[in-house]
Amino acid sequence: MSPSGRFLLPDLGEGLTEAEVVAWHVGPGDTVTLNQVLLEVETEKATVELPSPFAGTVTSLLAEAGETVEVGAPLVAIELAGPEQVPTLVGYGPIAQRSSRRGRRPARAPRTPTAPAAGGRPLAAPPVRFMARQHGVDLAQVRGGGPDGVITREDLAAHLASRTGPVGPVEGTLPPAALREARQVPRGVRKHMAEAMARSAATAPQASIFLTVDATATSELVARLRADPRLAGTRITPLTVVARATVLALQAHPALNASWDDATGEIVTKHYVNLGVAVAGPRGLIVPNVKEAQAMSLPVLAAALQTLTERARAGRSSPNELRGGTATITNIGVFGVDAGVPVLNPGEAAILAYGSIRPRPWEHAGSLALRDVVTLTTTFDHRLADGEQAARFLGTIGELLRDPGAIVTSS
Amino acid sequence: MSGCGGSEGLVQLITAEGRRTESPWWDLVSDVGADQLRRLYADMAVVRRIDAEAVALQRQGELGLWAPLEGQEASQVGSARALRPDDFVLPSFRDHGVAYCRGVEPTTLLRVWRGSALSGWDPTTYGMATPAVVVGSQVLHATGYALGVALDGDASAVVAYFGDGASSEGDVAEALCFAATFEVPLVFFCENNQWAISEPAHVQSRASIARRGEAFGIPGLRVDGNDVLAVLAVTRLALARASAGDGPSLIEAETYRLGPHTTSDDPTRYRSSAEEESWRARDPLARMSALLHTEGLADDAFDQEVEAEAAAAADLLRRGCLALADPEPLTVFDHVYADPHPLLEEERAGYVAYLGDLGDLGDLDELEPRDDLATPDDLPAQDRFGGQDGIGALR
Repeated sequence: MSPSGRFLLPDLGEGLTEAEVVAWHVGPGDTVTLNQVLLEVETEKATVELPSPFAGTVTSLLAEAGETVEVGAPLVAIELAGPEQVPTLVGYGPIAQRSSRRGRRPARAPRTPTAPAAGGRPLAAPPVRFMARQHGVDLAQVRGGGPDGVITREDLAAHLASRTGPVGPVEGTLPPAALREARQVPRGVRKHMAEAMARSAATAPQASIFLTVDATATSELVARLRADPRLAGTRITPLTVVARATVLALQAHPALNASWDDATGEIVTKHYVNLGVAVAGPRGLIVPNVKEAQAMSLPVLAAALQTLTERARAGRSSPNELRGGTATITNIGVFGVDAGVPVLNPGEAAILAYGSIRPRPWEHAGSLALRDVVTLTTTFDHRLADGEQAARFLGTIGELLRDPGAIVTSS
Repeated sequence: MSGCGGSEGLVQLITAEGRRTESPWWDLVSDVGADQLRRLYADMAVVRRIDAEAVALQRQGELGLWAPLEGQEASQVGSARALRPDDFVLPSFRDHGVAYCRGVEPTTLLRVWRGSALSGWDPTTYGMATPAVVVGSQVLHATGYALGVALDGDASAVVAYFGDGASSEGDVAEALCFAATFEVPLVFFCENNQWAISEPAHVQSRASIARRGEAFGIPGLRVDGNDVLAVLAVTRLALARASAGDGPSLIEAETYRLGPHTTSDDPTRYRSSAEEESWRARDPLARMSALLHTEGLADDAFDQEVEAEAAAAADLLRRGCLALADPEPLTVFDHVYADPHPLLEEERAGYVAYLGDLGDLGDLDELEPRDDLATPDDLPAQDRFGGQDGIGALR
């Protein structure tokens, strides 16, 4: 019987861990010469042909076309034509590979017997001894699988798993990961949110600025409008006023109503406002938008927002409502928080977050008073706007909330 | 010619079909007779085979990485065979053919690519520095080295090899400027293989790279880099200028990398097979073989001899590669400084202690140097390659 050799998948590209078998050029029984192409594999970097390190006869293919093989795994077994040296694997792959390089020397017998001598102290590292104490385990009863019979954490875990009888939880010890963690594949809205947020973070350099303002006048305006019989049936909320203020501010500062066109490398400034509102829907976060919000008076905008959010909460937003937004508002105050740093909706230049509007001691008319105060945050795409532009934008919104007269009067 | 500037002003002595051209440059190689023509061809054939074997070894997991030279044999062999033993070379990471001509044993060439050594060889042994992986850095080093040669009053010359990609590095521009100012005895030898990884040469330079020399006051010329005789001729002229104290020259050898940038690269992703085929038609070995056969300077027996020489070189390379010993861990501290260095000694002591800790858990023997494996130095002398007794001395 001739000696046989196995060709292990090498690291073909400076740190790769796997490759996909594209096609075999040989089959079992074929005679192959040194450097004859055996197969083609595709890595993350390149598709390459692998030449045989041996001359001989192919006895079996150990991976199928289409299969992804880890570096170090065998590809093919070859019965050698001559007493060829079995090559050693050079690679940067998984650490496990190193054993094949170190194996050139015959393994030495362990220096100490695997089982500790009777009466001797079992060998184990302090954390393992600690774990054993917590479980009330006598280490002399545990078989050591480490070098020189050292008891490893895995040995102890195996011992515990094999223990019969009920084992109560011990303070400070932890059950297996499968019981402590849950795994799920994100789908639908949640998956979309994850992708959108990751894309946003990866593409736009984002900066955030804060402004805390006295919005008492806005609260009063909302109360007045709600009491107005002409607006009966229209739901007026602080969001209505913030939305209108944002639309006006976007028109005054168009740099914040823009997008970055990667295809052409151009900045696209929009003369219309499709105002998005972040809504916590039944399946997760969605951001439908009100189209052409710049053309809407306050009551019309209020009605549009009402329809938009109701449909979103019912999970009935249309695809058209979910695309084409130019800027976004998120009301994080509904969660009872004062302020937050939002992440841009991908493709937009700005997002406004506002926190709880609640009475706080505040300077008013030269003295301390209890006022309705709100903190506004704008995150902006720093490719499209600079800090000054963003600050002016946020300042305009703040001024409109502090003195909302223009909200009603402007067209 | 897909290189910049068309074929105008391109020095060529042998056409792609293997016919001699009319050219005044023949005067520079009038001494090259039949034997030497055959030797130039054999050099290129052996270098190509060594390169192919190294690529195979990488694909088999025996080398971490390799930068193939296939297609550039004439540029490397033609220029290196123009050198005298006392000239000095600073190569890029692809100039294995130059190293072969300088007498570097191919197994020695592999050591750094296998991770068996931190660097290649003692530069003073071969008159050649080790491969520069930092693109373009060697051109600055060469300029400084050449200045030293001039200050020593030495009559030898220095050659810096670099690629079209390196020509975009600031290092190369600085080197050209400095070398011109101080009139150092340096030959800038640019192997324009048309691709800086995936970036074509015309993006690297709107005008031909050779023309850049003019702006610095350095004569530049373009040569057919797949014509080993033309490369020999122009390099001889540039070396003669350097040795005579006439200052630096810039040679742009128009050639082509037929393979990938390195074994980690896949050129099919950025260039057409039609382009590769058009360059295969200008193959440096094919045209030399055609010339030799047309002129009756070679027959089938010669071809078989060359094939056997190349196969033997490949076999020896493979055996030498597989026999390379893993380095002893503590050698990582060797050759960092010429003199003892306190911080390094401290780090070395720490590493010894660390290895000792590991040893307590088992495998202390692994830390001791191995004496049970052959090293290249143990190979029989007749098995070694190269030597510098090529035709360089004819210059």
